[in-house]
Amino acid sequence: MVHRTTELTVGLFVAAGLAALVVLALQVSGLATLGAPRGYQVTAHFNEIGGLRERAPVKAAGVTVGRVTSIEYDTRGYRARVTLTLSSEYDNFPRDTIASIHTSGLLGEQFVSLDPGGDMDYLGDGDRVEYTESAVVLERLIGQFMFQQGRD
Amino acid sequence: MTEPFVALGRWLLAALARLGRASLFGGRLCARLGTACRRFGLTLEQLYAIGVRTVMIVVVAGAFVGMVLALQGYYTLVNFGAESALGVLVALSLVRELGPVVAALLFAGRAGSALTAEVGLMKSTDQLAALEMMAVDPYRRVLAPRFVAGFISLPLLAILFSAIGVYGAWLVGVQMLGIDAGAFWGQMQDSVDFHADVLNGLVKAVVFGAVVTWIALYEGHDCVPTPAGVSRATTRTVVHGSLAVLGLDFLLTAMMYGG
Repeated sequence: MVHRTTELTVGLFVAAGLAALVVLALQVSGLATLGAPRGYQVTAHFNEIGGLRERAPVKAAGVTVGRVTSIEYDTRGYRARVTLTLSSEYDNFPRDTIASIHTSGLLGEQFVSLDPGGDMDYLGDGDRVEYTESAVVLERLIGQFMFQQGRD
Repeated sequence: MTEPFVALGRWLLAALARLGRASLFGGRLCARLGTACRRFGLTLEQLYAIGVRTVMIVVVAGAFVGMVLALQGYYTLVNFGAESALGVLVALSLVRELGPVVAALLFAGRAGSALTAEVGLMKSTDQLAALEMMAVDPYRRVLAPRFVAGFISLPLLAILFSAIGVYGAWLVGVQMLGIDAGAFWGQMQDSVDFHADVLNGLVKAVVFGAVVTWIALYEGHDCVPTPAGVSRATTRTVVHGSLAVLGLDFLLTAMMYGG
């Protein structure tokens, strides 16, 4: 009959194939979002977020300090409510920190940039970043430029 | 004067006859698939010979293909400041095309040639005829288990190839070239769809597995029973199998993503 080792290796082979399918499903196609990054959460309201997406990096002075964990539309203020999860080792951002949305390169992905202010109090879990700067929408910028050209 | 036309006609008729024999062979094979499933021990042995022993080459090839894709993609994308889209580029090309196709080409070279040589030698040493003399159907005992094993193996190998390739790209892109890991995975997960991309790639692999194994078994079963005949049949398996995979890939891609 069939050897036990043959059965074992075939079993391992099939299991490896199925495990790879699970990897493709979860990690590559993102069928389910795996555990959120650890840290504390702050929210920021933006008038315009452009092409910002969940899991985009949050950077301060160019260093990644956290991630965008959720983006919702706030129907009370008609603005976008963006939840940022900041790594707990960077827990001393002042309360008057400015959050702005930037684009890396001309066509690259968008990220949230934090510019620390001078407040003595620090942002904590669940706090709201008051000062925000919206994303620059290229089409709108071009539209404004052409409008001004036409007026001159 | 008429000689070239005679040659052309002879070639076409021979090709059609081969196609007809191959189709009949495929039909007979399919009619006996039930036995291969009922006596699963036979199929299991073939799964080991065809599938497990191809894992190594598929894993190594997958890792290197992923790494090369990441390097090449990076040098192009970095000019546009869009290197964070590397994950999407690598994952889509692997899951949709390279995984099933390259795994099938490796499968035709590694397992298909072995199948043809084995069946061809069985035929040329009259083992298949001996089985029939003992009232054992060689289709049931020898061919169908191999067909089922090939049919099951290739999808698993293709998925393995894609998954390893993505991690190879991660190694080069994120660890070596310093792309942000969140952008790499995040944009990939945004753009790759499980049904449209991963499952369609899987369907391709199933089709390729069936076709390559069918060609390999047919060439072995139909070979001229001499050493030279077995050698020619093995070569034909690799050539026809690879061409069939590439041609079918175009057809399947046009059907899946063209409409």
